[in-house]
Amino acid sequence: MRFIRKINYGQDIDLFEHNGQRFWYAVLALAVLLCPLALDHFLLGELSLVCIYAIAGVGLMLLVGYTGQVSLGHAAFLAIGAYCHAWLLNQGWPFPLALAGATGLSAAVGVVVGIPALRMTGIYLAVATLAFLVIVEQVLSHWTSVTGGFRGMAVPPARFGIDLSAPAPFYYLCLAVLGLSLVAALNWLRSPTGRAMAAVRDSETSAESMGIHIAYTKTLAFALSAAFTGLAGGLFAHKIGYLAPDAFTLAMSIQLLLMVVVGGLGSMHGVIFGAVFIGLLPQAIAVLRDAAPPSISQIPGLEAGIFGLILVLFLIYEPEGLYGRWRKIRLYFEEFPLYRKATYKRQKSYLRTERLR
Amino acid sequence: MTLLRVQDIGVSFGGVQAVRDLSFAVAPGEVFSIVGPNGAGKTTVFNLISRIYRSDQGGIVFDGRDITRAPAHAIAELGIARTFQNTELFERETVLKNLLIGCHIHRKSNLLSDMFFLPSVRRTELAFRRRVEDVIDLLDLQSHRDKVIGELPFGVRKMVEIARALCMRPKLLLLDEPSSGLNPEETEDLSFWLEDINEELGVTVMMVEHDMNLVTRASHRVLAMADGALVTVGEPDAVRNHPEVLRAYLGD
Repeated sequence: MRFIRKINYGQDIDLFEHNGQRFWYAVLALAVLLCPLALDHFLLGELSLVCIYAIAGVGLMLLVGYTGQVSLGHAAFLAIGAYCHAWLLNQGWPFPLALAGATGLSAAVGVVVGIPALRMTGIYLAVATLAFLVIVEQVLSHWTSVTGGFRGMAVPPARFGIDLSAPAPFYYLCLAVLGLSLVAALNWLRSPTGRAMAAVRDSETSAESMGIHIAYTKTLAFALSAAFTGLAGGLFAHKIGYLAPDAFTLAMSIQLLLMVVVGGLGSMHGVIFGAVFIGLLPQAIAVLRDAAPPSISQIPGLEAGIFGLILVLFLIYEPEGLYGRWRKIRLYFEEFPLYRKATYKRQKSYLRTERLR
Repeated sequence: MTLLRVQDIGVSFGGVQAVRDLSFAVAPGEVFSIVGPNGAGKTTVFNLISRIYRSDQGGIVFDGRDITRAPAHAIAELGIARTFQNTELFERETVLKNLLIGCHIHRKSNLLSDMFFLPSVRRTELAFRRRVEDVIDLLDLQSHRDKVIGELPFGVRKMVEIARALCMRPKLLLLDEPSSGLNPEETEDLSFWLEDINEELGVTVMMVEHDMNLVTRASHRVLAMADGALVTVGEPDAVRNHPEVLRAYLGD
């Protein structure tokens, strides 16, 4: 078991708690940087996709895990990012500017969606964001002059000075964007911005009496969340190469939500765990499908069914997600043989003040 | 000298007149208690002052400023902090983080500086931490610093809530039944802390409280109300023996 000797308050603010953590994260960073040497093009492409999911997951985690607002409409932000990025590239914008434009537009739409969200919570908010997704789908399929409608829209190759569309450069691009996104999100979370979000999540009444502007905080959470997802959308456009409305459906929204829930709500580690899980699950299902007898592998909607089943199982048996499970396992070994079984048992919670509104 | 003046304030919910024509004034440095039977409208008065409810009539002036129409989130910045009857803490965060949220109104950073965690943000964060540690020292919360609120017993939560309010460095502290759910020993401690908060930190305290011993010991003046209206204001002993107050509590 490790005891950290704390001698100044800065240690509680730093991103890494101690040198051991710094070392292991450096090893991890080195490992992901060396991946292109060891993996073939297909696996590298899958890893890029994992990075892209993780970027969107950072955004969704800020909204769902930290601000406590649910969204079934994030596929729409992904779509807005993707289409805007591709459209701007087609207009001759340089790559970084097009990506920034996609992020900005997505954030602006996020603000618009965030405003009705001020009056809604829980299931109502989920339905409202779902409605937003349907609207965006309709716009994408009917605004043919910009989106190409059902015929779709080709995405110009990513190039900025050098060609970024080959597997290895594209992987590094996704990895770099993911790294920057994570650092930005973690910085927000350890500063007043992120604390305000957590306050809104846990008690709006009390947040308000602490001087936190609820409407601003919620709208901001939606905007930031949409921005990250739009950014991921821009990269996603290159990954799939050809944009059509059927890539951004409710199934995609659910997949994104599944990622943050399975990963573990309320932690950025959870985003990465969830993204790896979601990114690689379809491959695992494909492998199983080949191995299974035809009576099972031919069932239509097998993949969606398995996704749904996994979500339900996690909600019932491990609400803290993969990262929560990992923490428990780690604690077990740290405290061995003194681990107390009831460490993570939920205690009885007390009454809260009668809701004031 | 008045810090808070409430003038003819009133509010009704549907057909129920929760508070009617209530006026009182709190002087700086005072410990001012509100007592009354259940449903008298004590907490409603707090909610009116902290602007969680809108008043139908009357006005509230705090520190020379009319706050009758101020938005709820602006109240904290003016220097009014409050606690809640059944605690309203940020349950999934640690005690430390809860107290840091208490410092929110004193932040100087914005979205952009937070994103890069600029040295200025770091400096404010460290200053916040020192302030939080002072409050932790004052209220003896050291052993709970890194615990998540959900794990804490109710008595500690009540103290964390007071601590969080103190991190705002308020001029006026509203305590809604600070002793409810505390055992006699904790209540005893609370009365000493109230004294510290009032005398050492110079915070004016207003509290709603049922424990008449605590009220008598800790407060300078007491306001008694029943059915949303004022019964009497005065020294604790005088209020305690006032015939109308006895009637409100015990009936005829």
